This record gives sequence, structure tokens and C-alpha cells, in this order.
Amino acid sequence: MFVLEWLNDQLLKMTWLSDLVKLLVENVFGLDVTDRLGGSIHFFIYDTIKIFILLSFLIFIISYIQSFFPPERTRKILGHFKGISANILGALLGTITPFCSCSSIPLFIGFTNAGLPLGVTFSFLISSPLVDLASVLLLASIFNWKIALAYVVVGVFLAVTAGTIISKLKMEKYVEPFVFSNKMLEVEQSALTKKDRVDFSIEQVLAIVRKVWLYILIGVALGAAIHNWIPQDIITAVLGQDKWYSVLLATGVGIPMYADIFGTLPIAEALVAKGVGLGTALSFMMAVTALSLPSIIMLKKVVKSKLLITFVAIVSIGIIIIGYAFNAFGFFLM
Amino acid sequence: MIIKILGSGCKKCMTLAENTKEALSSLGQEAEIIKVTDFADIAAFGVMSTPALVIDETVVSFGKVLAPKEIVKILEKAAK
Repeated sequence: MFVLEWLNDQLLKMTWLSDLVKLLVENVFGLDVTDRLGGSIHFFIYDTIKIFILLSFLIFIISYIQSFFPPERTRKILGHFKGISANILGALLGTITPFCSCSSIPLFIGFTNAGLPLGVTFSFLISSPLVDLASVLLLASIFNWKIALAYVVVGVFLAVTAGTIISKLKMEKYVEPFVFSNKMLEVEQSALTKKDRVDFSIEQVLAIVRKVWLYILIGVALGAAIHNWIPQDIITAVLGQDKWYSVLLATGVGIPMYADIFGTLPIAEALVAKGVGLGTALSFMMAVTALSLPSIIMLKKVVKSKLLITFVAIVSIGIIIIGYAFNAFGFFLM
Repeated sequence: MIIKILGSGCKKCMTLAENTKEALSSLGQEAEIIKVTDFADIAAFGVMSTPALVIDETVVSFGKVLAPKEIVKILEKAAK
């Protein structure tokens, strides 16, 4: 167990990096890391570097795995399953299928055309942004493995439940008609060579870093501000564990926002360090990633309002329940 | 030859369009490049992952931002 902890400290928490940055701040900038300014600068540099290193490494590995599961293959696999196992598989595959969010609508259309039940497609669409392998590993680095695992389980559970409810409500008639009347591309997936996969993985790393670097910097800066500048009292007054509305507030603020999950992690970390409930912080993260104004606007093009509202409502309620649950039972995991 | 780039307007689709122009000019060819951003139209091709490249109504690539070199190969194949 000691070895695992050591690995966790070196690879995920990067204590060596923290120490190095501490030396930098103290000797080159001449600041004390225990005071506000020094502490913020240390946090900012250390967290930014740590996240970028982990990000690049993780995305590379995960993209390599994902190159085996393009959406076309996922669709084929899902076609063989029925009922709740299809939802579960849809949610699980959602976590490992790569696609950029701009493909989410064509993907929705493609899945629906293939005859996949609406609920399965939604399970996939919910779990995809919510449970992302790279961010789960980052979560482990910021908190610990138990929390990361719990997040995955809960995220998948939410995706499956929401998808199943949508299926049971038989809301197929609320999908825009044009979605159903299309041909499918019968895919001749040319076999990818190892080099193809490596190239793809490198491309993904570069593309994603280019896409999220600003969110990460903003997230880390906000995290640093919360860590060192905003008094604990203000934070706990608004989001404290004992405030019954903290989860609702965190979810409500997060829903319309869009930020990449990597940017929300430093904020979640800082909030929890300041006494905000784990559930409240996780609700915020989930709300930001699973729902956002841009994605809702896009979905509006393929589903009618009633289904859209149902979708948003189910996911929001799920997030809120999860938030309360983690607040209540989270200390078992810390 | 009519080339269509399928995609809802995110950066990847624009890069594919630029790479296609580059590929064409390196071959000394010219072609009409149409950006298709409407989901209904994209769906009509059966494409699930954007960006996608369509030459004369046939989907030749999807889900990737092809480099100019790769597009050149595809164009040469299409010309046969």
C-alpha cells in the first residue's frame, strides 16, 4: 500500500513538482509560500504545470485507447443490445468514445437512424462530457482514488438512469422528424496502423491543449484566488456544508456555464479546501460539464422543447441528488 | 468537381477547408468548395463525426482533419 501511495504522490499529486516550485518561488521570487502572495503564485505555477503534464500524458494514452472505439463502431456495438444493458453500455462507451462536441448532433442523428433507442443515445450523450477518463485521473490526483471512482460510478449511474427514464417516457415523438429520415454511412473503417493511432493521439493532445489552455489558466487562477484571497467565511457563508441551498446554488450557477472539465477541477479543489462540501463542488463540476447553454442550444435543433426540458430537468435533479449524497456521505471517502 | 466540407463551423472544419484549398492549389486544380453547416444536410450524408469531406456527393473522409498531403492523395484517386 505504501508503494501505491508513493506512486499516487509522485505521479498524480506530483509532490516533487510542488517542492521544486516552492524552491522557485522562495529563491527566485523571494516570497514566502506560507503567506498570501507567495502561496497564490506557488499554487498557480504548480497547479498549471501539473495539470498540463497530466493532461498531455493522459490524453495521449486515452486517445490511443479511444482510437479503437470510433462512434461508428460504438453504434454497431450498441445495436446488439436491448433494454437497460444497452443504456449501461451506452453510458460506458460514452466515456471512451472520442468526439468533439460539435459532432454531438450528427452523432445523435446517426445513432437514432441506426435504430438505437432514444434513451441509449441520451445515456451516451450525458456520460460523454461528464465522465471523461482523463479528468477522472485528474480528479484522483487532486482528491484521491476513492472519490474519483465514486464520481465515475455516480456519473454513469446518472447517465443510465436519465436515459432509461427518457426511454420509458416514450418521448421519441419529440425528436425532430428530419432526424429519422436519413441514410446511414455504411462504414468501411480502414484498419488503423499503430502509427496512425500514435499520430491520432498526438493530434488529440495538441487539439485539446489548444482548446482548453485558457480554461485551465482561468480555473487555476480562480482556484488560487479562492485558496488565498477570498476569506473562508465568505465562502462558507454562501456554499458551506451546513447551508442547505449550497448544492442548489452550485448546480444553478454551473448549468448555463460552459467550461472544460479540466478548468473546473482546480476550482473544485480550492473550494473543498476552504470547507465547501465535496458534493457541492462535484455538483458544480457536473453542472458545468453535462449541461451548458451552447449544448442546449445545439440540442434544440434536433429535439423539441418538451424533450429538451425533460432532459435538462432529469440531469439537473440527478446532479442535485448526487451533490447532497456526496455531502452527506463524502467524508467516508476523503 | 464539387467539394463539400461538412461541419457545424468549429475550428476543425475551417482547418479542413483550408487544407483542401492548399491541396487543390498544390495540384494546380480548382474546385468549388461548399461549407455545409446545417445539421439536416450533414445528416443526409449519413455522417456522424465531423468534419467530413465530400467530393461530388460521395463521402471520402469523416471524423478527421486531413492534412493537405492526404487530401492530395484522395483528389488524385477521385480523378481516376
